[in-house]
Amino acid sequence: MATLDIDSRAAQLGIDWSQVHLDSIHLPPGENFGIESDDEGVYHDDQLEFDTGFGNIIVVDNLPTVAKVKFEKLETVLKKIYNQFGVIKENGLCMPVDPNTGLTFGYCFIEFNTPQEAQNAKEKTHGYKLDKSHIFSVNMFDDFDRLMNVKEEWEAPQTKPYVPGENLQKWLTDEKARDQLVIRSGPDTEVLWNDPRQKNTEPVHKRSYWTESYVQWSPLGTYLVTLHKQGAAVWGGADTFTRLMRYQHNMVKLVDFSPGEKYLVTYHSQEPSNPRDASKVEIKVFDVRTGRMMRDFKGSADEFSIGGPGGVAGASWPVFRWAGGKDDKYFAKLSKNTISVYETETFGLIDKKSIKVDNVVDMCWSPTDSIISLFVPEQGGGNQPAKVALVQIPSKVELRQKNLFSVSDCKMYWQSSGEYLAVKVDRYTKTKKSTYSGFELFRIKERDIPIEVLELDNKNDKIIAFAWEPKGHRFAVIHGDQPRPDVSFYTMKTTQHGGRVTKLGTLKAKQANALFWSPTGKYIILAGLKNFNGQLEFFNVDELETMATTEHFMATDIEWDPTGRYVATAVTSVHEMENGFTVWSFNGKLLYRVLKDHFFQLTWRPRPASFLSPEREENIAKNLKRYSRKYEAEDQDVSLQLSEQDREKRRALKEEWERWVMQWKSLYEEEKLERQNLRDGEISDEEEDDDEAKEVKEVEFEDVIDVTEEVVEE
Amino acid sequence: MRPILMKGHERPLTFLRYNRDGDMLFSCAKDHTPTLWYADNGERHGTFRGHNGAVWCCDVSRDSLRLITGSADQTAKLWDVKTGQQLFSFKFGSPARSVDFALGDKLAVITTDPFMERTSAIHVKRIAEDPEDQVSDSVLVLPSPDGKKRINRAVWGPLNQTIVSGGEDTVLRIWDAETGKLLKESDAEVGHKNTITSLSKAADDSHFITGSLDKTAKLWDMRTLTLLKTYVSGVPVNAVSMSPLLDHVVLGGGQDASAVTTTDHRAGKFEAKFYDKILQEEIGGVKGHFGPINALAFNPDGKSFSSGGEDGYVRLHHFDSDYFNIRI
Repeated sequence: MATLDIDSRAAQLGIDWSQVHLDSIHLPPGENFGIESDDEGVYHDDQLEFDTGFGNIIVVDNLPTVAKVKFEKLETVLKKIYNQFGVIKENGLCMPVDPNTGLTFGYCFIEFNTPQEAQNAKEKTHGYKLDKSHIFSVNMFDDFDRLMNVKEEWEAPQTKPYVPGENLQKWLTDEKARDQLVIRSGPDTEVLWNDPRQKNTEPVHKRSYWTESYVQWSPLGTYLVTLHKQGAAVWGGADTFTRLMRYQHNMVKLVDFSPGEKYLVTYHSQEPSNPRDASKVEIKVFDVRTGRMMRDFKGSADEFSIGGPGGVAGASWPVFRWAGGKDDKYFAKLSKNTISVYETETFGLIDKKSIKVDNVVDMCWSPTDSIISLFVPEQGGGNQPAKVALVQIPSKVELRQKNLFSVSDCKMYWQSSGEYLAVKVDRYTKTKKSTYSGFELFRIKERDIPIEVLELDNKNDKIIAFAWEPKGHRFAVIHGDQPRPDVSFYTMKTTQHGGRVTKLGTLKAKQANALFWSPTGKYIILAGLKNFNGQLEFFNVDELETMATTEHFMATDIEWDPTGRYVATAVTSVHEMENGFTVWSFNGKLLYRVLKDHFFQLTWRPRPASFLSPEREENIAKNLKRYSRKYEAEDQDVSLQLSEQDREKRRALKEEWERWVMQWKSLYEEEKLERQNLRDGEISDEEEDDDEAKEVKEVEFEDVIDVTEEVVEE
Repeated sequence: MRPILMKGHERPLTFLRYNRDGDMLFSCAKDHTPTLWYADNGERHGTFRGHNGAVWCCDVSRDSLRLITGSADQTAKLWDVKTGQQLFSFKFGSPARSVDFALGDKLAVITTDPFMERTSAIHVKRIAEDPEDQVSDSVLVLPSPDGKKRINRAVWGPLNQTIVSGGEDTVLRIWDAETGKLLKESDAEVGHKNTITSLSKAADDSHFITGSLDKTAKLWDMRTLTLLKTYVSGVPVNAVSMSPLLDHVVLGGGQDASAVTTTDHRAGKFEAKFYDKILQEEIGGVKGHFGPINALAFNPDGKSFSSGGEDGYVRLHHFDSDYFNIRI
């Protein structure tokens, strides 16, 4: 109805429209006088799912039962206690009174402003001692139904009959001694055998939408972990991948295994509603086999992000770093001025307290022993030197420490068997305008842990990459200026001078910015990723010679298989083109390529450490010829079979094609006349060419233009 | 193999066409003048002036006397190849994307783009022997089932009985050229997954090849629309051609011009890739363009081919003798 109509109608009825207060008119409930409210649609759409709405209410039990006289006093006391944890809503404290006796029942309800406050209050005051006989028992209101349903009598849990588990290590018994890898591309996650003999992969298991973010192998390769909205899950088994366990943790973002894969750490962070606050972080530690949550940690991101960028980015992962070795005994967390070391026996702090180290910014475990190396930067404008220290756990004894002067930054690199620690030290030059780098090398296994200082030949070289040879005594450094830095190799052990670091050699002007040692040592790939377009140089460090130089254009990732026999290089979806991966032999021979659009991830399945003693391994290496004969014969067979298959396939394709061509030819013949008609009788192409083949003749032609006689004088 | 670089266009190339004898090469580009070249040495013979927009496609009659061109200026024009004079102009309400003379050169099929309210369509025109008698009426108009999606190419089937079309809706269609009835559609399961950019048929009209932005090219039987082969390229395919001499196909393409990286020309993969037609294996590549390849054509004798790129160059390649001895 237009306003004009309303006005005229009002005038007709003798109503002064301006005097009518619309809001004062109340219709009887449920009656609309046949006029539908135009709010209706909006109203219906808003029927969202609500929580019970009682998430911010707690129930406090075990209060003293008091009479009316003392009621107010108790109320004041309670308010005082609970106001510390948040804002109690107006009339939010409710303590019912028994109408028969006039006494309180001994419990009360408290309504906070937010569920978080309620949760916090519950956690902090459960078990609070008001006095000797009144110890608070606090629960969330929402938990009430659940608690009420607890049966009065205890029922013994049923013992389940023992079911022998699957052989989770079955993949190691592959007859062809192949390795597995997992790839993610598009929505699919696939586990594949790398079959270098067939020059291809063989599928093991494939699933679409297997994970919601990424997948990760456990450190010994037993499990594959996938991430979901509800939590993490691990997969494995003898024949195919079945789900072995689930770990409930809503919106889990990151996961990390302990090195012996006994425990799984999951991480979740939530953006704060108020941008000035830090994100909320929740970390849970699960027992991998039972799925039981062993401990959870909650807090703001600031508490978990020391040493990392902090704040916005959330915690620097992994927050908890596990001590080396396979027994998963300790894990540690770096926080402001402290290092908290937990033991897995109790999941509590060692000696119930953290180690105080002022201003510590970085820590690293030895990969094999329970030794922590830590770094404290310079303080007081250089009055107090920077320091690198080694601390033994659980005794917390400082094994060794070194003070360093005018240091801008330090980075620690442990050798994989925990024998050496290299500390890259960036120092300011005298003018403080630039920095130069050197190394402090700790020999952990020797008496008193001697420290050696190593400077590069050219002190001013920037260090681009550093890597220890796995299980070896050598390391490689990329140093110098982009775009053509040098690569140097050093050894900690030589026959001539036993305990001195010596340079083995330098390769000048290489297109490399990353180092990838073979897991068995000896071989290394000097890789030029990113702006070097994927240059690869396969290098033998024993002989100091290049085995192959090649390129996987725009490669973004490189990973050796766990045995050091093959290398996979991948172009992931950071680039639009030519996504996929390539598998190479250890000496740089291209074996095969697999192209996949939207390629995200490639990870080899790790293998547990070998059970062979070093002596036996050496023995095998010595008698390699004897063992290899069998495999060489097998290789031969396979390659023969392959070429046979290949020939067969080609022959089939050719035959099929011939059939098509024959069919086309006969049709073409049939239609010859019709074609001619369409061309007004002109004979078509080849037919005509046969009849009157054009000939190109070269004709030599001589023409006398002019003749003059000259008399030659003698 | 040393290519001959032909620089006559100021804008990206769009189409290349040899005449039947293989001595002339016609090139179309986004500048407005189709150009005629000597196919042997790459010398420029002449240009056809008259269009007022990018020229998308052309075809030459069997006797090499008539040329038809389709252009973004919403016309398709008939030309006298000898003099370069315009003989006739078909006007459409939207850009003409592809043109193809029928067997006997008495009919031509022209496709038009979706434009404003108009939907993409296939027009069949009668070509008069004497240009004086030429009329602009269509014999047949086939509207595209999904008119908002562009038809990129339509060609005549065997004996002018059918018309084969393909475009942005990824479906190949065979139409009855008499009645305009839709006879066949390609199977969505095995067909292209993205825009079909190009279509090129064998000399005997028995089969044809299509290139697509889904990074593949596919070979089809022209009568049954059976998928015969698939050639997988790592990059979007803009142009395809088949060797009339050997069992080779060549694909050209590369990253979209707007997405081309500025750091390294190799990143775009602007290669003309050669595949074994039967085994579907890549056998080689010819590099050189400094941008995606938009057009490819084999000389009818199979001894040379030319490629036209976004970079504005036509590269004319005469094969070395090794090429004819490739064994895989």
